[in-house]
Amino acid sequence: MEVGQLQRSFLEYIAALFREGFLDGQFSQLQLLQDESNPDFVVEVVSLFFEDSERLLNDLTKALDQQNVDFIKIDAHVHQLKGSSSSIGAQRVKNACITFRNCCDERNIEACLRCLQEVKQEYLLAKTKLEALFRLEQQIVAAGGAIPILDEFS
Amino acid sequence: MGMAAAASESRFHVLAVDDSLIDRKLIERLLKTSSYQVTTVDSGCKALEFLGWSEEERSNPTETSVSPNIHQELGVNLVITDYCMPGMTGYDLLKKMKSSYLRNIPVVIMSSEHVPSRINRCLEEGAEEFFLKPVRLSDVNKLKPHLMRTKFKNIMGNQEREESKEEETGIRTQKQQNVGLNKSNAMRKSSDHEGLSLDGLRQKYSGFTVITLLLSLVFSLCFLIFG
Repeated sequence: MEVGQLQRSFLEYIAALFREGFLDGQFSQLQLLQDESNPDFVVEVVSLFFEDSERLLNDLTKALDQQNVDFIKIDAHVHQLKGSSSSIGAQRVKNACITFRNCCDERNIEACLRCLQEVKQEYLLAKTKLEALFRLEQQIVAAGGAIPILDEFS
Repeated sequence: MGMAAAASESRFHVLAVDDSLIDRKLIERLLKTSSYQVTTVDSGCKALEFLGWSEEERSNPTETSVSPNIHQELGVNLVITDYCMPGMTGYDLLKKMKSSYLRNIPVVIMSSEHVPSRINRCLEEGAEEFFLKPVRLSDVNKLKPHLMRTKFKNIMGNQEREESKEEETGIRTQKQQNVGLNKSNAMRKSSDHEGLSLDGLRQKYSGFTVITLLLSLVFSLCFLIFG
């Protein structure tokens, strides 16, 4: 595929991610911080997010599986996950975390388990889409092109 | 070696405190993009360690005109800290700094939660700004005036620092009247407008302070050379 086509696909793909609420303005802010001296900044931060999230989701699964559920600890984990998803612009993950925290406040185990499922689902979706986006970027760079910036959301 | 020379040649050094690795990476990038020298730590305790906090210094708080100067030479010009951290919160760190020889280092608080009472508490305790996370470049741009103000103060000796403290109290009183509105980016739109008038006021004070301090410096130097 030639560069122009790849770039158009990229722009369509990322525009859809914004439109469907997977990403918000914070992701654009990350892109603004990337330059020649830090060409992989976005990928690096998002990779940290993936590692951090998977660890937190594991901890949450374990914590909800305990005999005596520690809601304070669970709330702390969700707060962390909400923070990191907000920092990279993963809007739907962040929103799922907000809902989760409300369930923690109510100390409702069943509701918390449902919330956890929801967060896991949103996380996996976000991960899949971001990985696809990064692959598109790699293809553009490999074909000798520059990664276009979507202006409207910055 | 002249402190004035050292201060003007080096970049501003910001110490960023956050327990989240992702947020540390972000704030570091934001600050470096704005040409600041950056050190990041993951806790309030490590921040105090880095700032040279020790039992010894705690028992001789303002014994010296020397001790604070040394810390300025180590070069932390501003501390930006997350509010919610395990152990020592950003607020605890702020309080410790403001009640110690570190009081002249401007402190900025960041938080992912918009809680007006929290914002007011921090500003009343002496925080210069309160940023809602995720922090943006436009927020980091607000740091410059605080850094410039402190830079001029730190060129002087103790006598001048006393004078400038009075100025600062004047500014802080003004600030307290506007607390919660101007200094947080929680209301980005309205704060831009009100922030402008506060900045105007601050510039007026800065101009006056600069002239006073420069004159004092000249006199001190004359005294040192010829006295």
